[in-house]
Amino acid sequence: MVVFEKPHALCDVPLHYCPGCTHGIVHRLVAEAIDELGIEGSAIGVAPVGCAVMAYDYFNCDMVEAAHGRAPAVATGIKRAKPENIVFTYQGDGDLASIGMAETVHAATRNENITIIFINNAIYGMTGGQMAPTSLPGQVTQTSPYGRDVKTAGFPIKVSELLASLDGPSYIQRVAVNNVKNVKQAKKAIKKAFENQIEGKGFSLIEVVSSCPTNWGMTPQQALDWVEEKMIPYYPLGVYKDKTSEEGE
Amino acid sequence: MSEKVLMKGNEAIAEAAIRAGCRHYFGYPITPQTELAAYMAKRMPKIGGCFLQAESEIAAINMVYGVASTGLRVMTSSSSPGVSLKQEGISYIAGADLPALIVNVQRGGPGLGGIQPSQSDYFQATKGGGHGDYHLIVLAPASVQEMADLTAKCFELADKYRMPSMLLADGTMGQMMEPVLLPEESDVTVEKPWALTGTKMQRGHNIVNSLYLKPEELEKTNFDRFERYKQVEENEVMYEEFMMDDAEVCVVAFGIAARVSKNAVVEARKQGIKAGLLRPITLWPFPSAAVKQAAEHCKGFVSVELSMGQMIEDIKLASDCKCPVELCNRAGGMIPSPEQVLESIKNIAGGKA
Amino acid sequence: MTSRILIAGFGGQGILFAGKVLAYKGLVEGKQLSWLPSYGPEMRGGTANCNVIISDEPVGSPIVDTPDVLIVMNLPSLDKYEKAAEKGSKIFVDSTLISRKVERDDVDVYYIPATKMAQDAGIPTLANMIILGKVIKETGVVSFEGMEDALKKVVSARKANLIDVNLKAIKAGYDYE
Repeated sequence: MVVFEKPHALCDVPLHYCPGCTHGIVHRLVAEAIDELGIEGSAIGVAPVGCAVMAYDYFNCDMVEAAHGRAPAVATGIKRAKPENIVFTYQGDGDLASIGMAETVHAATRNENITIIFINNAIYGMTGGQMAPTSLPGQVTQTSPYGRDVKTAGFPIKVSELLASLDGPSYIQRVAVNNVKNVKQAKKAIKKAFENQIEGKGFSLIEVVSSCPTNWGMTPQQALDWVEEKMIPYYPLGVYKDKTSEEGE
Repeated sequence: MSEKVLMKGNEAIAEAAIRAGCRHYFGYPITPQTELAAYMAKRMPKIGGCFLQAESEIAAINMVYGVASTGLRVMTSSSSPGVSLKQEGISYIAGADLPALIVNVQRGGPGLGGIQPSQSDYFQATKGGGHGDYHLIVLAPASVQEMADLTAKCFELADKYRMPSMLLADGTMGQMMEPVLLPEESDVTVEKPWALTGTKMQRGHNIVNSLYLKPEELEKTNFDRFERYKQVEENEVMYEEFMMDDAEVCVVAFGIAARVSKNAVVEARKQGIKAGLLRPITLWPFPSAAVKQAAEHCKGFVSVELSMGQMIEDIKLASDCKCPVELCNRAGGMIPSPEQVLESIKNIAGGKA
Repeated sequence: MTSRILIAGFGGQGILFAGKVLAYKGLVEGKQLSWLPSYGPEMRGGTANCNVIISDEPVGSPIVDTPDVLIVMNLPSLDKYEKAAEKGSKIFVDSTLISRKVERDDVDVYYIPATKMAQDAGIPTLANMIILGKVIKETGVVSFEGMEDALKKVVSARKANLIDVNLKAIKAGYDYE
């Protein structure tokens, strides 16, 4: 009896992520959702620049690699060209909330019928741990060696709250993957974000509060604890916008 | 039977693109190409196409990248400052070997510059423009008819060689009206097995990408791409020769500069000077062989440009500096007069250059 | 034969439209032609000019630096272009808006109170068409016959009711002595 197996939508290759990194969990959740909805054959994914840059090698569906921050624009083009396909982006915080903020906000306000998986781990991982737009006040990074000083570096951007203030987007939810309960919740949210697209309901973004033990300088367990103690209080979990149940939508 | 209609150059591009099967247009407002976007905004919804005013030039070119990755014909248009913003996306499109059309209706620069016609994006267009080793196929129309015809040609060549193409026009070409016979609707379908269409669970996944972390792999993609560029250089050079057979002075000019130069050549002939015009239609690939041949029987060249002298470098390279090349130019939105060109022709004819 | 026409005035006077009517008439007559507008940030009230070339030969440069037909509808335009006109050229002046005379004596000048005529006829926006009628009469660059066909092409279907009044204005200028 098979009790656990790799989702079909995930390629049978070793992932390059660091030990304890939660990208692997989120990749799996996305692939499970694709499997369960039977959309692998119609899915087209957009990989970001960041740690998930090589996501195109990990998902079994058709994939494109976008320039830094441009994934929502690339996804817009694909969806406009292929409305019958299921189009998703997978982006980190630097990609989505810093260099790509304009593309993010405008895809949301147009209510593009796409699905965005947004990994918020409060740091630039691939380039070696620089301050991200979502780094917490006081957080020590390579480019905020004395801690993020909000007087000079500003405050973290709460992406879900920000996007929820727009009339456009259909569904915005923040989840986390630091414990079993939260992982299950995240799975539900990600699946719903794909279902929304299948039903033509428009823009769905799932912000996943994640960990980066390597660049946070912690063990994987310490990192998960830090998510619980520091990240989630600053980035409360929950549904921030849901137009999908509204009449006539 | 179709008949000639009067159209602005910008509108002719738009209609020709639609007739070439382009159903996706992304842009951002900028003078002097706005009529093109306006035309698309009007027409696309009526023919089941997509017009989208993007949040920026950067977003627009990345939307183009997205559509191009699905294998459909797609374009964007802008003017000089906007095309600078698009360079990142153009580099990615070139690096991922995607066909797409970028239209640049040039205006004076650098910086915000002005809004009057210019040809000062020649280097940017013909030498790559963004980061990395790559080329665009660059076509330079010199009439409204060519604005239409070369738009269709741009799509055809982009598909054929899997590379971005650029229509390099200028403010006068975009704004002027001339009678134009619009090209027929194209129903050419090009096989694009690399396109992202969804696997339908019937093939392995397609990946559109320009990232190669192993240098030997990245090097190979560059060498392979340049093999393809060699084919373009061998097969696709286009130029027009006007009174070149016995010419002693060869005027080289493209776009609006070529129109002005033609007047000057006619006038020179009236005055007994054997002048001719070589008009590059493809700026990349540059008609180097034709320039080289002209260098065999001409006393010298006049490079007429709406810039501080950019194409002149390609003329010097192609002619191996066998004879003098005089620059006849205006910049910043000004256009050389036929008299100014005639003066340069006389300089070369009289051996004064 | 080649006519190099420069039309200049304020934005909003229908300078570009007058050029378009000429261009479309040239098209209808099967002539070679080009129409090149000035373009700039001012939508109304700034200066506007328009270069039209109508020829039996293919048009070289579309730019008219030295017109052989010059139409001016305000003083700044006369001041700017009077010297540029070709020797022996024909200059058309809206004498309602321009009180001074053309100083050159090597050109043919036609003074038409186009703006006043338009106001008197209750068509104040059509001074451009009145002066155009005179241009057609005196230059023969295009013929008056079949003007309606050109107007049909340049006036959008939505405004088709304006064709008659435009035609009337052109006729008024054509008949002005």
